[in-house]
Amino acid sequence: MTVREEQTIIDVALENLTREVERVHADGYRLVQIGCTDLGGSYEVNYSFDKGYQFKNLRLTIGPEAEVPSISGIYWGAFVYENEMHDLFGIPVTGINIDFKGTFIKTVEKYPFSVTRKGGDSCRNA
Amino acid sequence: MPERIVVPFGPQHPVLPEPIHLDLVLEDETVVEAIPSIGYIHRGLERLIEKREFTEYVYVAERICGICSFMHALCYCQGIEEIMKIEVPDRAKYLRTIWSECSRLHSHLLWLGLFADGMGFENLFMRSWQLRESVLDVLEDTTGGRVIQGTCKVGGVRRDIGAEKLDEMHRALDPFEEQCRELGDIFLNDDTVKYRLQGLGVISKDEAYALGAVGPTARASGVAMDHRETGYAAYGDLGFKPVVETAGDCYARCAVRVKEIYASINLIRQAIDQMPEGPLDVKVKGTPDGEYFSRVEQPRGEVIHYLKGNGSKHLSRARIRTPTLANIPPLVKMLPGAQLADVPVVVLSIDPCISCTER
Repeated sequence: MTVREEQTIIDVALENLTREVERVHADGYRLVQIGCTDLGGSYEVNYSFDKGYQFKNLRLTIGPEAEVPSISGIYWGAFVYENEMHDLFGIPVTGINIDFKGTFIKTVEKYPFSVTRKGGDSCRNA
Repeated sequence: MPERIVVPFGPQHPVLPEPIHLDLVLEDETVVEAIPSIGYIHRGLERLIEKREFTEYVYVAERICGICSFMHALCYCQGIEEIMKIEVPDRAKYLRTIWSECSRLHSHLLWLGLFADGMGFENLFMRSWQLRESVLDVLEDTTGGRVIQGTCKVGGVRRDIGAEKLDEMHRALDPFEEQCRELGDIFLNDDTVKYRLQGLGVISKDEAYALGAVGPTARASGVAMDHRETGYAAYGDLGFKPVVETAGDCYARCAVRVKEIYASINLIRQAIDQMPEGPLDVKVKGTPDGEYFSRVEQPRGEVIHYLKGNGSKHLSRARIRTPTLANIPPLVKMLPGAQLADVPVVVLSIDPCISCTER
């Protein structure tokens, strides 16, 4: 039997992020990914979840100076995406369960690659 | 209390064709903690989207990985087609399904060989790769490429498989399945294999789900999740059911892949039987304006291509989440309790593809 996939995107404010993720977790969704998009002056962070092929996406839009709370206390496996978000985009994430402090993605080039933060703070989690 | 020592595993290791590193914290020879790190070969392919037109990026997507190359192209193309509301012809969907399942077949046979090699079962390794060669021959014969097929494009496919060739493939499936079942019988029933794998690297159903495991890693723990159930390409017409095991150990992960080989052969057989006539592609007009999270079931699990277009010929963002990245947290939870000598087998059991992870 074919299951129809649904995708929803819900905007969340930074101060509500943890509460909304806890709600999604309580509803039985699994964490699919956390991805970041550089909008040139701000960032869009997508927290994607899935339950029975129903795809729910919490969308956070933040400025270049914002610190994002880790959701690794709710979804243990979030640390890979949060370290990646920090290393590739320079977004400081506070309270990651396994914090590599900028060394998760090992590259010759200094992180972050982000255009928005280029030339500034090299590693906010360090 | 035994003294704790840290043993570095990788990035260069005989069982790892690609670099990944684990800091293994040991008490005597027992792993108590594993800390992963990646990024040795990060290529920044996502950023290339800013320099390639949306139709050209298919070539980049296909080069993310040398094993599931076709499926990366498929996932990307399906995402663009969804944004642009392009209806792909049925024949193209069936051809995409055949090439996807050929990719899964050769990926699983490749993994079985590597896994056998990791266990020290050399002739089983050679037999697995011998069978894999015949799948690569079919890919080369039908697409022109063993590793990079180059047949998937936005709006359909570039090449057809003629009736004579389809008939030849169909006739070859029965003897090929028989050989695969002989091989699978060793992986599933040999005492040496069972002794080495059963009870090793166990992860429960609840843990697998909570940690975001995907693909055979999740299904071996009883999570019945396979994106082919959503019916993309021609899967909706082919009566597909996911292969699920429940033990959650290395043996179960091996068993899922062995049984998925049989399932893939059956899917190819059905796709050939039901192959519709018609065009291979549709003309693509306009540029993508919108966003979509495209998902496809690769051999290692669900891959995601998040694509965002702004109405220009260049997408503003492509974000690719590969299955191995999702399976790293489960791997970290599988390792504690394992003996140092078993670490290579446990690591291999998630079928890590670092090339994908380091897109």
